[in-house]
Amino acid sequence: MLEIKNLHASINGKEILKGINLTINDGEIHALMGQNGAGKSTLSNVLVGHPAYEVTQGSITFNGKDLLALKPEERSHEGIFMSFQAPVEIPGVSMVNFMRAAVNAKRKYLGKEPLTAGEFLKIMREKRKIVELDSKLSNRSVNEGFSGGEKKRNEIFQMAMLEPTFAILDETDSGLDVDALRIVADGFNKLKTEKTSALVITHYQRLLDYIKPDFVHVLLDGNIVKTGGPELALEIEDRGFDWIKAERAVKNEE
Amino acid sequence: MKSEQQYIELFQQCRQLLSSQSDVVLDALRDEAFRIFKRIGLPDKKAERYKYTDVQEAFSPNYGLNLNRLQFRINPYDVFKCNVPNMSTLLYFIVNDAFHSKEYPNAKPSGGIIISSLNEAAHLYPDLVSKYYGQIVRKAETPSINSEGGQIIDGEFVPLRKNNEPDAITALNTMLVQDGLFIYVPKNTVSDKAIQVVNVLTSTVDLLVNRRVLVVLEEGAKAKLLFCDESMSDVNMLATQVMEVYAGPSSELELYELEETNMKNKRFSNLYVQQHDKSKVTLNSISLHNGLTRNMTYVSLEGEESVINLYGGVIADKEQHVDNHTLVDHKVPKCVSNELFKYVLDDNSVGAFAGRILVRNDAQKTESQETNANLCVTKTAHMFTQPMLEIYADDVKCNHGATVGQLNEAALFYMRQRGISLDEAKLLLKFAFVGEVIDKVDLEPLRDRLHYLVEKRFRGELNKCSGCRLC
Repeated sequence: MLEIKNLHASINGKEILKGINLTINDGEIHALMGQNGAGKSTLSNVLVGHPAYEVTQGSITFNGKDLLALKPEERSHEGIFMSFQAPVEIPGVSMVNFMRAAVNAKRKYLGKEPLTAGEFLKIMREKRKIVELDSKLSNRSVNEGFSGGEKKRNEIFQMAMLEPTFAILDETDSGLDVDALRIVADGFNKLKTEKTSALVITHYQRLLDYIKPDFVHVLLDGNIVKTGGPELALEIEDRGFDWIKAERAVKNEE
Repeated sequence: MKSEQQYIELFQQCRQLLSSQSDVVLDALRDEAFRIFKRIGLPDKKAERYKYTDVQEAFSPNYGLNLNRLQFRINPYDVFKCNVPNMSTLLYFIVNDAFHSKEYPNAKPSGGIIISSLNEAAHLYPDLVSKYYGQIVRKAETPSINSEGGQIIDGEFVPLRKNNEPDAITALNTMLVQDGLFIYVPKNTVSDKAIQVVNVLTSTVDLLVNRRVLVVLEEGAKAKLLFCDESMSDVNMLATQVMEVYAGPSSELELYELEETNMKNKRFSNLYVQQHDKSKVTLNSISLHNGLTRNMTYVSLEGEESVINLYGGVIADKEQHVDNHTLVDHKVPKCVSNELFKYVLDDNSVGAFAGRILVRNDAQKTESQETNANLCVTKTAHMFTQPMLEIYADDVKCNHGATVGQLNEAALFYMRQRGISLDEAKLLLKFAFVGEVIDKVDLEPLRDRLHYLVEKRFRGELNKCSGCRLC
């Protein structure tokens, strides 16, 4: 599904990603861990085409397509979704209008007729239940006045509406209490199918108790330095990152 | 030669003709207005009140005037389709400055309400019209020494700032006026339907139009007015409008103005509102499409516990120019003023906002709020903003603020990640920004229609008025 090869990327001329190689197959969940500043968010931003990041080398193919040649909105239509670390508040734009614009843009891209207002609202009602999102919230402006937990639930709600095949959860667990974390993770799991895959970026093992990864990667200074199964996350929770850094240093000396 | 000279000469040449074509009530104020105009001339850019709009340039071309009252051969009732469907209004037309007497089928005001040509009204009800005509302007331009900020020097009161200088464009309008509109709502009368007046600007030659509007709401009267400015021809039009509004005690007025003219149109509108005890006035002007516009609004709060809501929305692109100049004059205690103006400026457009709130010595317990927020979509769009709060009373609650910003990049990217194209995302943000002003519109069908028109405008589908078949 997703194939990242020798990816180098920089922001404001500063190189952050220094040769990432990562393949994610259909149905797989990959967790990406690492210390602050390691490049986790840079990788997710590059995947969704944030204009501030410049890819200087390497390639990303998504379902056979050159992802880097696509605009952010086209990547979305192709099935990539990112749950933002800090969802943006958009005063004056109602959730309904926002989602309808998004859903119908995708339908247009796929050559489908736009949804009627009635059809759209029906779908919206159904999907809202997945993350127990209050109907009042969907009548408000996008994320405006939402609590931290509501914002993250709203991200998963949008994921439900757009039905992506590849989801990036960028620190979706940050700022969530245990109950909210469970609701968000349950929502994600309900949406997960055999075909859909995900990249889950997190600092903590906690989220991975709910969303079970097939692979865990450790990002260090712009490179994936270690890959393992779910047990790697447990080990990091236990021991931190220093032992991985030490291993890496030894490797480099060899 | 400065621009005013041609108007001075024109007036001197046409003085007799003007008299012969208009009622004595309108005629009575001409000479005084002429003296003022001759003395002060048209303002140049050094004049504080006009520093953002070049009046000299706007008035320098040689425009024609329809002094002989030639009828324009259009029947607006045949060519105009209502722009605000689903709203049952009393619909009237003014073609340039001439009121169309033929009533729309359902236009029958009830309860002694008068909606008519100003010149005709002056003839039919001379006492009523002369009681108000020109008097609201006169009061606005007379300093009220006791409550003005300033100090006594050598036994003489010296105002801190000149608040009440006569306005040259008002003077010009008064000296050249021939007709316009008169709306009268008698005591305790409620106009159940909104009154919609479509100002149609049309000509085959470059034309100067001087339109005069007088709105009188007696004590306890209630009315909703909607004015739409539409241009229907492709010549240079210069329109001056002076509107005087008298809001009697406990009266309630909602006044909406929608401008949908073309790039060749220049509009100078001076609106004078005089409010008495417990009156409530809401003004909302939307500049949807225009050429050059300068709107001056002067609200004089003469009676305690009055409320003024003053809102404005501006959408400009290409080389358009919109300048709103407002003064809310809190003369007495316990009045409330809310002011919100929002501009979305694209391409090379220029916006200006100067909003002055004056809280005089006597105006204790004033509550006043003023906000001007602006969006410059391009680097070549310009916004000048000047919120001004002048407080001479000591027990008041006032605040004011202004912002000029660009589209929120983070929001744009967020929307694009969800599959919304960059253009559509920009449109949603612009629409949301100006939507705050439109949401202040109480008339639901009008609000819906404005949302629709604004969206069309942002999509570039609205270059001319959308309602008529002439364009």
